[in-house]
Amino acid sequence: MELLVASAIGVMTAAGIYLVLRLRTFPVIIGISLLTYAVNVFLFAAGRLTTDAPAVLRDGVETYADPLPQALVLTAIVISFGMTAVVVIIALGSWLSCDDDLIDTPRSESDPEVADVVPRGGVSR
Amino acid sequence: MNHWIVAPVLLPAMLAAIIVLAARFHNGLARVMSVAGTVALLAITLGLFLGASDGSIGVYLLGDWAAPFGIVLVTDRLSTLMTLLTAILAVPVLLYAIGSNWDRRGRHFHALFQFQLMGIMGAFLTGDIFNLFVFFEILLIASYGLMIHAGGGARLRAGTQYVLYNLLGSTLFLFALGTLYAETGTLNMADLAGRVAAIDAGASSGIRVAAVLLLLVFAVKAAILPLHFWLPASYSEAPAPVAALFAIMTKVGAYGIIRIYTLVFPPDLASTQGLFDTWLLPAALLSVAVGMIGVLGSERLDRLVAFSVVGSMGMLMIALSVFTAQGISAALYYAIHSTLATAALFLLVDLVRDRRGDVGTDLEDATPIAGSPLVAGMFFAAAIAMCGLPPLSGFVGKLLVLEAARASDLVVLAWAVVLSTSLVAIVGFSRAGSQVFWKAHEVAARRADDLETEADEANVEDSTPNPAPLPVVSVGFLLALIVAATVFAGPLTEMMDATSAQLFAPEAYISTVLEANGKVIEYDGGHGTEEGEAH
Repeated sequence: MELLVASAIGVMTAAGIYLVLRLRTFPVIIGISLLTYAVNVFLFAAGRLTTDAPAVLRDGVETYADPLPQALVLTAIVISFGMTAVVVIIALGSWLSCDDDLIDTPRSESDPEVADVVPRGGVSR
Repeated sequence: MNHWIVAPVLLPAMLAAIIVLAARFHNGLARVMSVAGTVALLAITLGLFLGASDGSIGVYLLGDWAAPFGIVLVTDRLSTLMTLLTAILAVPVLLYAIGSNWDRRGRHFHALFQFQLMGIMGAFLTGDIFNLFVFFEILLIASYGLMIHAGGGARLRAGTQYVLYNLLGSTLFLFALGTLYAETGTLNMADLAGRVAAIDAGASSGIRVAAVLLLLVFAVKAAILPLHFWLPASYSEAPAPVAALFAIMTKVGAYGIIRIYTLVFPPDLASTQGLFDTWLLPAALLSVAVGMIGVLGSERLDRLVAFSVVGSMGMLMIALSVFTAQGISAALYYAIHSTLATAALFLLVDLVRDRRGDVGTDLEDATPIAGSPLVAGMFFAAAIAMCGLPPLSGFVGKLLVLEAARASDLVVLAWAVVLSTSLVAIVGFSRAGSQVFWKAHEVAARRADDLETEADEANVEDSTPNPAPLPVVSVGFLLALIVAATVFAGPLTEMMDATSAQLFAPEAYISTVLEANGKVIEYDGGHGTEEGEAH
């Protein structure tokens, strides 16, 4: 089980990092989601891997699953879920107002196309 | 138990909710509530600061659960100093946002502003490292909203970068916390200190990974060199009052480094040797160099100020990475100075941008701006402070940094970089200042000769209104604080020395937190280990 969990975290992290290094927002957001999945499983593993063990105190039980990482994972899931929603909306707004979904900020000097879309300096006045 | 400790977190949280629910359609009401809340916050943090200024440590147990199991908030000299600095910064920034009508250019400015304050206050006060992550996320979520306040293509694109970069930072933070928990089985900072010290030198690989990952996370927040790429674009595109408030956000990263690496991984810990002098100091020197070269090379005034933030964070990190008591106290003084100077500069850039019409902040020829002697004078003062020229606080700060760097092996390099980049910064700022304020008169004269059309003249006059009083007053307030930090540099450095002395003697912090009386559930059926201590 250790090998399975460890390799799952590794594969998800590697895929996430690859996608994060892409140039357009969509793959980057998918990459971030993969990274957050990886980190959630990683946090679980931080409490050691146990099967069939209760997380709350019970009479006559010797082994317990660590309850704290489960609480941490819950927090992390909620936060990453909310953050992903925020970044999707901001990326969407940026795509709609810039007409492309590139991550890089273009140099307004050398890129006349973008300089037309976004008047320099006086943004949104 | 002193209940005021939780007030800096609760007050903005409640106020933000009330503003969203009750005052979302009443701009005036939202403004009044936001200003009143921020002033009250200033009073509370001042009270906490005075309470902690005798060296006492206050603990607040959330839900009254005893320390390693429940979450604690802790006030000591460092945390109250940082909360007070935040509150002092927030007041003029908020007044500027109101005076310049920035808060009406989009929705929910005041609510997001209060949430941002809540996150920053919580990050400074918390004594639990996972709670630190949560407060980081709160301040980041609020900052995402503030960053793209008022919208616009360039701002949204910079906002996307900013959010993605910080999401990666948060993921890294979680990896660091997972590693730390796997190694120690606790997340309370005071408890961590004891458990990290008890780890064998032979089995320290995991804890070293955690220490480096945490340092990377804080370096992202503090924009240290290889991890600074998010800063210039997002700070220059953010609305001016937001960028000014963000001046404290980079200091949250610096605070994290100071707190964790004095308490959990103290400088004499064998397993984390070399982290600062081998890695952080060269990175800090590079940040200063790149930041100041960026100041020289910027084509826009707001980017210039953003790069000066990178430079000044590098300067702070030079003092910090020496990691002596003297270094920390120099870093803290520099943090105060650079927060005030950065905020003043961002607000001044906005004053200039408002009055230059289409040219905006580009360093190009343009006609003079209205009220230019006043704005130019204030820009001059803030630039002097930022470059570290006498007589303002930047000079004192830089002297302290240079003095602290003498304890390092790289002292020659550090002095050379600090002094030569100061020159570069002076050239960069004077080039920008003369382009915007002095050359403008020449341009105006030339244009008048060329065109001689009265209509154009009238247009120029119309498009450059006189500065409204409130924004100018709030910038003046920040500059007055810079002057005060210079005049009272003596008492301030004594205070910083006391703060760093307290940081280097963490026993009081640890025992106060762990011995605070709170609820613990006693369980005596079966032999189950206690909750939260499964290892």
